[in-house]
Amino acid sequence: MEYKDYYKILGVARDATQDQIKQAYRKVARKYHPDVSKEANAEAKFKDIGEAYEVLKDPEKRAAYDKFGANWQEGQHFEPPPNWDAGFEFRGTGYTGADASGFSDFFESLFGHGQTGRQRTHVFRMKGEDQHAKIVIPLADAYRGARQTITLTRPVIDGDGRVSTSPHTLHVVIPKGIIEGQRIRLEGQGLPGHGGGPAGDLYLEIVFQEDPVFHAEKRDIHLTLPVTPWEATLGATLTVPTLGGHVQVKIPPNSQGGKKLRLKGKGLCSASHQGDQIVTLQIVLPEPRTEEQRRLYRTMAEQMPFNPRSGLER
Amino acid sequence: MIEQRIYIQGMVLNEEMRCSLADLCSLCGVNAELIHDMIEEGIITPEGPSMREWCFTSVAVKRVQVAMRLQRDLRVNLPGCALALDLLDELEELRRLSRRR
Repeated sequence: MEYKDYYKILGVARDATQDQIKQAYRKVARKYHPDVSKEANAEAKFKDIGEAYEVLKDPEKRAAYDKFGANWQEGQHFEPPPNWDAGFEFRGTGYTGADASGFSDFFESLFGHGQTGRQRTHVFRMKGEDQHAKIVIPLADAYRGARQTITLTRPVIDGDGRVSTSPHTLHVVIPKGIIEGQRIRLEGQGLPGHGGGPAGDLYLEIVFQEDPVFHAEKRDIHLTLPVTPWEATLGATLTVPTLGGHVQVKIPPNSQGGKKLRLKGKGLCSASHQGDQIVTLQIVLPEPRTEEQRRLYRTMAEQMPFNPRSGLER
Repeated sequence: MIEQRIYIQGMVLNEEMRCSLADLCSLCGVNAELIHDMIEEGIITPEGPSMREWCFTSVAVKRVQVAMRLQRDLRVNLPGCALALDLLDELEELRRLSRRR
Protein backbone atom coordinates (compact mmCIF):
# COMPACT_ATOMS: atom_id res chain seq x y z
CA MET A 1 0.00 0.00 0.00
CA GLU A 2 1.26 3.47 -0.81
CA TYR A 3 1.12 6.53 1.40
CA LYS A 4 -1.15 9.25 0.02
CA ASP A 5 -0.30 12.87 0.65
CA TYR A 6 -3.76 14.38 0.93
CA TYR A 7 -2.36 17.90 1.27
CA LYS A 8 -0.44 17.53 -1.97
CA ILE A 9 -3.50 16.11 -3.74
CA LEU A 10 -5.53 19.21 -2.84
CA GLY A 11 -2.55 21.50 -3.38
CA VAL A 12 -2.62 23.03 0.11
CA ALA A 13 -0.01 23.54 2.83
CA ARG A 14 -0.10 21.27 5.87
CA ASP A 15 -1.08 24.23 8.03
CA ALA A 16 -3.94 25.34 5.73
CA THR A 17 -7.11 26.49 7.49
CA GLN A 18 -10.35 24.52 7.09
CA ASP A 19 -11.62 27.32 4.84
CA GLN A 20 -8.55 27.12 2.64
CA ILE A 21 -9.01 23.36 2.35
CA LYS A 22 -12.65 23.80 1.36
CA GLN A 23 -11.75 26.38 -1.28
CA ALA A 24 -8.90 24.28 -2.66
CA TYR A 25 -11.17 21.24 -2.82
CA ARG A 26 -13.87 23.07 -4.75
CA LYS A 27 -11.33 24.40 -7.22
CA VAL A 28 -9.66 21.08 -8.01
CA ALA A 29 -13.00 19.21 -7.94
CA ARG A 30 -14.24 21.50 -10.72
CA LYS A 31 -11.00 21.09 -12.64
CA TYR A 32 -10.98 17.30 -12.52
CA HIS A 33 -14.69 16.48 -12.57
CA PRO A 34 -14.95 13.65 -15.15
CA ASP A 35 -17.84 15.37 -16.94
CA VAL A 36 -15.93 18.61 -17.28
CA SER A 37 -12.27 17.69 -17.53
CA LYS A 38 -10.52 16.37 -20.60
CA GLU A 39 -7.49 15.23 -18.62
CA ALA A 40 -6.84 11.58 -19.41
CA ASN A 41 -6.74 10.58 -15.74
CA ALA A 42 -9.58 12.82 -14.56
CA GLU A 43 -11.66 9.95 -13.19
CA ALA A 44 -8.84 8.70 -10.93
CA LYS A 45 -7.78 12.21 -9.94
CA PHE A 46 -11.34 13.11 -8.99
CA LYS A 47 -11.54 10.05 -6.73
CA ASP A 48 -8.26 10.97 -5.02
CA ILE A 49 -9.50 14.53 -4.51
CA GLY A 50 -12.77 13.33 -2.96
CA GLU A 51 -10.85 10.99 -0.68
CA ALA A 52 -8.39 13.70 0.37
CA TYR A 53 -11.24 16.09 1.17
CA GLU A 54 -13.13 13.42 3.09
CA VAL A 55 -10.18 13.27 5.49
CA LEU A 56 -9.03 16.89 5.62
CA LYS A 57 -12.46 18.49 5.98
CA ASP A 58 -13.04 16.59 9.21
CA PRO A 59 -10.82 18.13 11.95
CA GLU A 60 -10.71 14.86 13.87
CA LYS A 61 -9.68 12.74 10.92
CA ARG A 62 -7.29 15.42 9.80
CA ALA A 63 -5.62 15.47 13.23
CA ALA A 64 -5.24 11.70 13.14
CA TYR A 65 -3.83 11.81 9.63
CA ASP A 66 -1.44 14.58 10.67
CA LYS A 67 0.05 12.29 13.28
CA PHE A 68 2.03 10.77 10.42
CA GLY A 69 3.68 14.11 9.94
CA ALA A 70 5.91 15.05 7.08
CA ASN A 71 8.06 11.93 7.30
CA TRP A 72 5.99 10.17 4.67
CA GLN A 73 6.36 10.82 0.98
CA GLU A 74 3.61 10.45 -1.60
CA GLY A 75 3.72 6.93 -3.04
CA GLN A 76 6.00 5.55 -0.31
CA HIS A 77 5.22 2.03 0.95
CA PHE A 78 2.97 2.33 3.95
CA GLU A 79 1.51 0.22 6.78
CA PRO A 80 -0.37 1.95 9.59
CA PRO A 81 1.31 1.39 12.96
CA PRO A 82 -0.76 -0.64 15.46
CA ASN A 83 -3.23 1.43 17.50
CA TRP A 84 -2.29 4.53 15.56
CA ASP A 85 -5.85 5.83 15.92
CA ALA A 86 -6.09 5.46 19.70
CA GLY A 87 -7.85 8.49 21.08
CA PHE A 88 -9.84 9.22 17.94
CA GLU A 89 -13.46 8.30 17.53
CA PHE A 90 -14.13 7.49 13.93
CA ARG A 91 -12.86 3.93 13.56
CA GLY A 92 -15.29 1.83 11.57
CA THR A 93 -17.55 4.75 10.80
CA GLY A 94 -15.05 6.81 8.95
CA TYR A 95 -17.46 8.00 6.31
CA THR A 96 -19.41 11.18 6.54
CA GLY A 97 -21.80 10.59 3.72
CA ALA A 98 -19.57 10.72 0.68
CA ASP A 99 -19.83 7.83 -1.75
CA ALA A 100 -16.75 6.02 -0.60
CA SER A 101 -16.95 2.90 -2.73
CA GLY A 102 -13.97 4.04 -4.78
CA PHE A 103 -11.70 5.13 -1.95
CA SER A 104 -8.21 3.66 -1.76
CA ASP A 105 -6.80 0.86 0.40
CA PHE A 106 -4.77 3.57 2.09
CA PHE A 107 -7.96 5.35 3.18
CA GLU A 108 -9.53 2.12 4.35
CA SER A 109 -6.52 1.07 6.38
CA LEU A 110 -6.80 4.34 8.29
CA PHE A 111 -10.48 5.07 8.50
CA GLY A 112 -12.21 1.75 7.94
CA HIS A 113 -14.73 0.95 5.29
CA GLY A 114 -18.23 2.05 4.51
CA GLN A 115 -20.81 -0.46 5.53
CA THR A 116 -19.93 -2.06 8.82
CA GLY A 117 -21.79 -3.35 11.85
CA ARG A 118 -24.56 -1.06 12.98
CA GLN A 119 -24.73 0.81 9.68
CA ARG A 120 -25.56 -2.26 7.70
CA THR A 121 -28.79 -2.98 9.51
CA HIS A 122 -30.15 0.33 8.21
CA VAL A 123 -29.46 -0.25 4.53
CA PHE A 124 -32.49 0.53 2.38
CA ARG A 125 -33.32 -1.37 -0.74
CA MET A 126 -31.64 0.74 -3.36
CA LYS A 127 -30.57 0.38 -6.96
CA GLY A 128 -26.80 0.21 -7.40
CA GLU A 129 -24.96 3.13 -8.93
CA ASP A 130 -24.57 3.43 -12.68
CA GLN A 131 -21.03 3.08 -13.94
CA HIS A 132 -19.57 5.02 -16.84
CA ALA A 133 -16.58 4.04 -18.94
CA LYS A 134 -15.09 4.91 -22.29
CA ILE A 135 -14.07 2.29 -24.80
CA VAL A 136 -11.67 3.00 -27.63
CA ILE A 137 -12.47 1.12 -30.83
CA PRO A 138 -10.95 1.19 -34.32
CA LEU A 139 -13.06 2.83 -37.05
CA ALA A 140 -13.35 -0.51 -38.83
CA ASP A 141 -15.24 -1.97 -35.84
CA ALA A 142 -17.80 0.84 -36.02
CA TYR A 143 -18.12 0.37 -39.78
CA ARG A 144 -18.69 -3.38 -39.68
CA GLY A 145 -19.81 -3.97 -36.10
CA ALA A 146 -17.66 -6.09 -33.78
CA ARG A 147 -17.39 -7.98 -30.56
CA GLN A 148 -15.13 -6.78 -27.79
CA THR A 149 -13.99 -8.01 -24.43
CA ILE A 150 -13.49 -5.30 -21.85
CA THR A 151 -12.23 -5.39 -18.30
CA LEU A 152 -13.25 -2.80 -15.73
CA THR A 153 -12.07 -2.43 -12.16
CA ARG A 154 -14.90 -2.17 -9.72
CA PRO A 155 -15.35 -2.14 -5.97
CA VAL A 156 -16.80 -5.31 -4.44
CA ILE A 157 -18.35 -5.45 -0.97
CA ASP A 158 -18.04 -8.84 0.74
CA GLY A 159 -20.29 -10.34 3.44
CA ASP A 160 -18.45 -8.54 6.23
CA GLY A 161 -18.82 -5.22 4.49
CA ARG A 162 -15.17 -5.09 3.42
CA VAL A 163 -14.57 -3.17 0.22
CA SER A 164 -11.99 -4.38 -2.26
CA THR A 165 -11.55 -3.94 -5.99
CA SER A 166 -11.76 -6.72 -8.51
CA PRO A 167 -11.58 -6.90 -12.28
CA HIS A 168 -14.90 -7.38 -14.05
CA THR A 169 -14.75 -8.79 -17.57
CA LEU A 170 -17.55 -8.32 -20.08
CA HIS A 171 -18.06 -9.45 -23.66
CA VAL A 172 -19.89 -6.76 -25.54
CA VAL A 173 -21.42 -6.44 -29.01
CA ILE A 174 -20.37 -3.23 -30.77
CA PRO A 175 -23.24 -2.58 -33.19
CA LYS A 176 -22.54 -1.64 -36.80
CA GLY A 177 -22.78 2.09 -37.45
CA ILE A 178 -22.14 3.29 -33.90
CA ILE A 179 -20.45 6.68 -33.85
CA GLU A 180 -18.13 8.55 -31.52
CA GLY A 181 -19.81 9.91 -28.41
CA GLN A 182 -22.71 7.47 -28.56
CA ARG A 183 -23.20 5.23 -25.57
CA ILE A 184 -24.13 1.60 -25.10
CA ARG A 185 -26.21 0.92 -22.00
CA LEU A 186 -25.72 -2.50 -20.41
CA GLU A 187 -28.56 -3.00 -17.99
CA GLY A 188 -27.64 -4.42 -14.60
CA GLN A 189 -23.88 -4.35 -15.31
CA GLY A 190 -23.19 -1.36 -13.05
CA LEU A 191 -22.43 -1.44 -9.33
CA PRO A 192 -24.33 -3.94 -7.15
CA GLY A 193 -27.52 -2.76 -5.44
CA HIS A 194 -27.98 -2.25 -1.71
CA GLY A 195 -30.37 -4.18 0.53
CA GLY A 196 -31.37 -6.54 -2.26
CA GLY A 197 -31.92 -3.75 -4.80
CA PRO A 198 -31.05 -4.29 -8.46
CA ALA A 199 -27.59 -3.52 -9.83
CA GLY A 200 -26.98 -0.23 -11.61
CA ASP A 201 -26.33 0.04 -15.33
CA LEU A 202 -23.06 0.32 -17.19
CA TYR A 203 -22.71 2.99 -19.86
CA LEU A 204 -19.92 2.55 -22.40
CA GLU A 205 -19.08 5.68 -24.37
CA ILE A 206 -17.52 5.12 -27.77
CA VAL A 207 -14.21 6.82 -28.58
CA PHE A 208 -12.51 6.22 -31.94
CA GLN A 209 -8.89 5.20 -32.14
CA GLU A 210 -6.74 7.68 -34.11
CA ASP A 211 -6.48 6.42 -37.66
CA PRO A 212 -3.56 7.34 -39.93
CA VAL A 213 -5.77 7.48 -43.05
CA PHE A 214 -9.39 8.14 -42.09
CA HIS A 215 -11.01 10.72 -39.87
CA ALA A 216 -14.62 10.47 -38.70
CA GLU A 217 -16.99 13.43 -38.37
CA LYS A 218 -20.20 11.99 -36.97
CA ARG A 219 -21.27 9.50 -39.68
CA ASP A 220 -18.98 10.82 -42.43
CA ILE A 221 -15.50 9.49 -43.00
CA HIS A 222 -12.96 11.98 -44.31
CA LEU A 223 -9.91 11.11 -46.35
CA THR A 224 -7.33 13.38 -47.96
CA LEU A 225 -6.35 12.04 -51.37
CA PRO A 226 -3.00 13.20 -52.79
CA VAL A 227 -3.14 13.62 -56.60
CA THR A 228 -0.69 14.79 -59.25
CA PRO A 229 -1.29 18.07 -61.12
CA TRP A 230 -2.04 16.12 -64.33
CA GLU A 231 -4.52 13.79 -62.61
CA ALA A 232 -6.34 16.84 -61.26
CA THR A 233 -6.20 18.70 -64.57
CA LEU A 234 -6.85 15.95 -67.08
CA GLY A 235 -9.13 13.85 -64.91
CA ALA A 236 -8.40 10.29 -63.83
CA THR A 237 -9.87 7.17 -62.29
CA LEU A 238 -8.03 6.41 -59.05
CA THR A 239 -8.12 3.63 -56.49
CA VAL A 240 -9.22 5.06 -53.15
CA PRO A 241 -9.32 3.23 -49.78
CA THR A 242 -12.59 3.18 -47.84
CA LEU A 243 -13.40 1.39 -44.59
CA GLY A 244 -15.11 -1.27 -46.71
CA GLY A 245 -12.14 -1.81 -49.07
CA HIS A 246 -10.80 -0.10 -52.17
CA VAL A 247 -13.09 1.58 -54.70
CA GLN A 248 -12.50 3.28 -58.04
CA VAL A 249 -13.17 7.02 -57.96
CA LYS A 250 -13.43 9.28 -61.01
CA ILE A 251 -11.61 12.59 -60.60
CA PRO A 252 -13.28 15.10 -62.96
CA PRO A 253 -11.00 17.18 -65.23
CA ASN A 254 -9.95 20.64 -63.99
CA SER A 255 -10.27 19.72 -60.31
CA GLN A 256 -8.58 22.14 -57.93
CA GLY A 257 -6.86 21.20 -54.66
CA GLY A 258 -9.39 21.13 -51.82
CA LYS A 259 -12.19 19.83 -54.05
CA LYS A 260 -14.41 17.40 -52.18
CA LEU A 261 -15.91 14.26 -53.68
CA ARG A 262 -18.68 12.44 -51.85
CA LEU A 263 -18.83 8.63 -51.91
CA LYS A 264 -22.40 7.91 -50.88
CA GLY A 265 -22.96 5.26 -48.22
CA LYS A 266 -19.25 4.64 -47.66
CA GLY A 267 -19.29 6.15 -44.17
CA LEU A 268 -20.71 4.81 -40.91
CA CYS A 269 -24.20 3.55 -41.73
CA SER A 270 -26.73 2.30 -39.19
CA ALA A 271 -30.14 0.80 -39.88
CA SER A 272 -31.70 4.18 -40.60
CA HIS A 273 -28.83 6.65 -41.00
CA GLN A 274 -26.35 6.84 -43.83
CA GLY A 275 -22.81 8.11 -43.65
CA ASP A 276 -20.67 9.04 -46.66
CA GLN A 277 -16.96 9.16 -47.33
CA ILE A 278 -15.71 12.63 -48.19
CA VAL A 279 -12.55 12.61 -50.32
CA THR A 280 -10.64 15.91 -50.33
CA LEU A 281 -8.15 16.32 -53.17
CA GLN A 282 -4.67 17.49 -52.31
CA ILE A 283 -2.53 18.38 -55.31
CA VAL A 284 1.08 17.38 -54.74
CA LEU A 285 3.74 18.94 -56.95
CA PRO A 286 6.48 16.63 -58.15
CA GLU A 287 9.97 17.94 -57.47
CA PRO A 288 11.98 18.06 -60.72
CA ARG A 289 15.07 15.88 -60.40
CA THR A 290 16.67 16.35 -63.82
CA GLU A 291 17.33 19.30 -66.12
CA GLU A 292 14.75 17.93 -68.54
CA GLN A 293 12.11 17.86 -65.81
CA ARG A 294 12.93 21.43 -64.83
CA ARG A 295 12.51 22.39 -68.49
CA LEU A 296 8.94 21.04 -68.39
CA TYR A 297 8.08 23.54 -65.66
CA ARG A 298 9.76 26.35 -67.65
CA THR A 299 7.77 25.39 -70.72
CA MET A 300 4.58 25.57 -68.68
CA ALA A 301 5.57 28.98 -67.34
CA GLU A 302 6.08 30.22 -70.89
CA GLN A 303 3.08 28.65 -72.51
CA MET A 304 0.47 29.00 -69.74
CA PRO A 305 0.18 32.63 -68.68
CA PHE A 306 -1.62 32.39 -65.35
CA ASN A 307 -1.85 34.63 -62.31
CA PRO A 308 -3.18 32.71 -59.27
CA ARG A 309 -3.06 35.96 -57.23
CA SER A 310 -5.43 38.02 -59.37
CA GLY A 311 -7.97 37.85 -56.53
CA LEU A 312 -5.58 39.72 -54.21
CA GLU A 313 -5.36 42.79 -56.45
CA ARG A 314 -7.41 45.82 -55.45
CA MET B 1 -12.81 -27.34 -23.47
CA ILE B 2 -13.95 -24.38 -25.50
CA GLU B 3 -15.00 -21.43 -23.41
CA GLN B 4 -18.49 -20.29 -24.32
CA ARG B 5 -18.52 -16.53 -24.43
CA ILE B 6 -21.80 -14.78 -24.12
CA TYR B 7 -21.75 -11.38 -25.77
CA ILE B 8 -24.11 -8.82 -24.30
CA GLN B 9 -26.08 -6.67 -26.67
CA GLY B 10 -26.74 -3.39 -24.95
CA MET B 11 -29.12 -0.62 -25.83
CA VAL B 12 -27.46 1.95 -28.08
CA LEU B 13 -28.25 5.51 -27.15
CA ASN B 14 -28.15 6.85 -30.70
CA GLU B 15 -30.07 9.39 -32.83
CA GLU B 16 -32.99 6.99 -33.21
CA MET B 17 -33.48 6.35 -29.52
CA ARG B 18 -36.56 7.95 -27.94
CA CYS B 19 -37.86 7.36 -24.44
CA SER B 20 -40.93 8.36 -22.43
CA LEU B 21 -40.91 10.50 -19.31
CA ALA B 22 -41.19 7.34 -17.20
CA ASP B 23 -38.26 5.74 -19.05
CA LEU B 24 -36.16 8.87 -18.63
CA CYS B 25 -36.88 8.92 -14.89
CA SER B 26 -35.92 5.29 -14.46
CA LEU B 27 -32.80 5.56 -16.67
CA CYS B 28 -31.50 8.52 -14.69
CA GLY B 29 -32.84 7.54 -11.26
CA VAL B 30 -34.78 10.79 -10.80
CA ASN B 31 -38.41 11.75 -10.23
CA ALA B 32 -40.69 13.44 -12.75
CA GLU B 33 -40.75 16.71 -10.75
CA LEU B 34 -37.03 17.10 -11.24
CA ILE B 35 -37.41 16.44 -14.97
CA HIS B 36 -40.08 19.18 -15.06
CA ASP B 37 -37.70 21.57 -13.34
CA MET B 38 -34.95 20.67 -15.81
CA ILE B 39 -37.30 21.32 -18.74
CA GLU B 40 -38.25 24.69 -17.25
CA GLU B 41 -34.60 25.52 -16.83
CA GLY B 42 -33.93 24.62 -20.47
CA ILE B 43 -31.57 21.77 -19.62
CA ILE B 44 -33.62 19.44 -21.82
CA THR B 45 -36.47 19.94 -24.30
CA PRO B 46 -39.07 17.22 -24.80
CA GLU B 47 -40.47 16.31 -28.20
CA GLY B 48 -44.20 15.81 -28.64
CA PRO B 49 -47.32 17.98 -28.41
CA SER B 50 -48.45 17.25 -24.85
CA MET B 51 -46.97 15.93 -21.64
CA ARG B 52 -48.57 12.53 -22.16
CA GLU B 53 -46.85 12.18 -25.50
CA TRP B 54 -43.52 13.62 -24.45
CA CYS B 55 -40.47 11.76 -25.63
CA PHE B 56 -36.82 12.39 -25.04
CA THR B 57 -33.68 11.79 -27.10
CA SER B 58 -30.42 10.14 -26.04
CA VAL B 59 -28.96 13.64 -25.75
CA ALA B 60 -31.58 14.42 -23.07
CA VAL B 61 -30.65 11.24 -21.17
CA LYS B 62 -27.00 12.25 -21.15
CA ARG B 63 -27.75 15.85 -20.13
CA VAL B 64 -29.91 14.75 -17.21
CA GLN B 65 -27.23 12.30 -16.05
CA VAL B 66 -24.44 14.88 -16.28
CA ALA B 67 -26.63 17.48 -14.50
CA MET B 68 -27.24 15.00 -11.68
CA ARG B 69 -23.51 14.40 -11.27
CA LEU B 70 -22.69 18.12 -11.37
CA GLN B 71 -25.32 18.68 -8.67
CA ARG B 72 -24.03 15.84 -6.52
CA ASP B 73 -20.28 16.36 -6.93
CA LEU B 74 -19.92 20.11 -7.37
CA ARG B 75 -23.13 21.37 -5.72
CA VAL B 76 -24.13 23.14 -8.93
CA ASN B 77 -27.78 24.24 -8.92
CA LEU B 78 -30.09 23.74 -11.91
CA PRO B 79 -29.47 27.12 -13.63
CA GLY B 80 -25.75 26.48 -13.12
CA CYS B 81 -26.11 23.00 -14.67
CA ALA B 82 -27.91 24.50 -17.69
CA LEU B 83 -25.09 26.99 -18.18
CA ALA B 84 -22.36 24.37 -17.63
CA LEU B 85 -23.97 21.94 -20.09
CA ASP B 86 -24.26 24.60 -22.81
CA LEU B 87 -20.66 25.68 -22.26
CA LEU B 88 -19.51 22.05 -22.31
CA ASP B 89 -21.28 21.56 -25.66
CA GLU B 90 -19.59 24.65 -27.03
CA LEU B 91 -16.22 23.49 -25.72
CA GLU B 92 -16.72 20.08 -27.32
CA GLU B 93 -17.52 21.73 -30.67
CA LEU B 94 -14.43 23.95 -30.47
CA ARG B 95 -12.26 20.95 -29.58
CA ARG B 96 -13.68 19.09 -32.56
CA LEU B 97 -12.89 21.99 -34.88
CA SER B 98 -9.37 22.40 -33.54
CA ARG B 99 -8.72 18.66 -34.01
CA ARG B 100 -9.67 19.00 -37.69
CA ARG B 101 -7.08 21.71 -38.28
